[in-house]
Amino acid sequence: MEYHVSLPFSSEFVKKLKINDVLYVTGKIFTARDSAHQKIRGMKPVDLPFDPSGMGLYHCGPLMKKENDRWIAVSAGPTTSSRMEEFEDILLDRFDVHLIIGKGGMGQRTSTALKKTGSVYAAFPGGAGVLAAEKITKVADVYWLEELGMPEAVWVLEVTELGPLVVAMDSTGQSLYKGI
Amino acid sequence: MDTKHLEDGILQLILKAETEIPPDVITALKQAYAVETGAAKVQLEAMLANVEKAKNKRCPMCQDTGILTFFVNIGTRFPATGILKQVIEQAVARATLEIPLRPNTVDPMRSTNHGDNLGSYLPHILWDFEPGDSAHIITLPKGSGSENMSALQMLSPSVGLDGVKRFVVETVKKAGGRPCPPIVVGVGIGGSADLAMNLGKRALLRPVGTHHTEPLIAQLEKDLLEIINKTGIGPMGLGGKTTALDVHVEVAHRHPASLPVGVVIQCWADRRASLVIHPDGSWEVQ
Repeated sequence: MEYHVSLPFSSEFVKKLKINDVLYVTGKIFTARDSAHQKIRGMKPVDLPFDPSGMGLYHCGPLMKKENDRWIAVSAGPTTSSRMEEFEDILLDRFDVHLIIGKGGMGQRTSTALKKTGSVYAAFPGGAGVLAAEKITKVADVYWLEELGMPEAVWVLEVTELGPLVVAMDSTGQSLYKGI
Repeated sequence: MDTKHLEDGILQLILKAETEIPPDVITALKQAYAVETGAAKVQLEAMLANVEKAKNKRCPMCQDTGILTFFVNIGTRFPATGILKQVIEQAVARATLEIPLRPNTVDPMRSTNHGDNLGSYLPHILWDFEPGDSAHIITLPKGSGSENMSALQMLSPSVGLDGVKRFVVETVKKAGGRPCPPIVVGVGIGGSADLAMNLGKRALLRPVGTHHTEPLIAQLEKDLLEIINKTGIGPMGLGGKTTALDVHVEVAHRHPASLPVGVVIQCWADRRASLVIHPDGSWEVQ
């Protein structure tokens, strides 16, 4: 099935999603890689400078440029998700985040957390950075840029029809990465 | 020789590598697109669309613009040898701002980003000499998704070529979808630990679809490609027939008691470009 949907996702919608479904997503997402995950894990949710709830989480370290004081995404494909395996169940547990976008897949720990929290992991084609950047209509905010640097900072992005996102791990425990 | 003009040449070399993948890789991706179905085909379609967009917009095709490695072959009579290192470094810093490139050089002791893709030992420049009066430079910007999947094993010589094959295939299986398949696999056999890794990386410079000139090595490449494509990992690890676009092997003689094998995995965005600098300072990106 192919879906053109907006964030935040309803729990009914997430339940309906099965591996191999293709999504084109509109709404707000935020980027986080290892350093941001580590920082988020070490902070109380109330101390975070932004509220991840309702947003999609994008494993991405974008290439950005500043033009006339505004950030623009130049290339923004996904980074390897497995580096976030040790953090993701905690993040899913603490926040109302029900869509993870990445590449390469995640492990059993995350799969269990997806099932528990009613969430899905969807894969964007790795290396397709320009294709992804074109779907970013606005760079809404950036956090921890000075401290973590461009790739590791948290970027809040508004996206329109970001896809193709292949549902690769669904909320029932199914995974396209199993058995390979 | 005009330093600024040389810098422009290196900058254009980096721009070409980051925004256009070589035709041999595009051909291989199109062949893969033709035989795949389902999620695998969706990935390849997006990859090929991205290649077009990156070329037309002159934007880096992947946000991970990588660590830049330069393979420099200097003609023994080339007149500007003394300034090349500085020219390459300045061009990298300029490219970071002007293309732009993602700042990817982090101090491992302090975890601070240098911000300009320069740093201790980076960019990585490998020097070699050749007869003649020109300089040839190839750049291979390589992202960490694929580089993190590299592996070295010091095998016992008694395991023979079967043992070499097992290690290469195990490395590819362990990597799964993480290095952005369909991958190109560079294998270095023999020499020492560092030489085997170096040869694995150098093997990636050869165009996809070409085999080693020595039939025995060419056969090993074909055998490995066949086994790897039977793993079913497929494009982006979502399952499929095409896990690797090619396997390239380079060999060095080994110590009687050593059989080092270096495996260097390259992502589907197999970016590389070359530049020739003539003795009068003029240059062409190829």
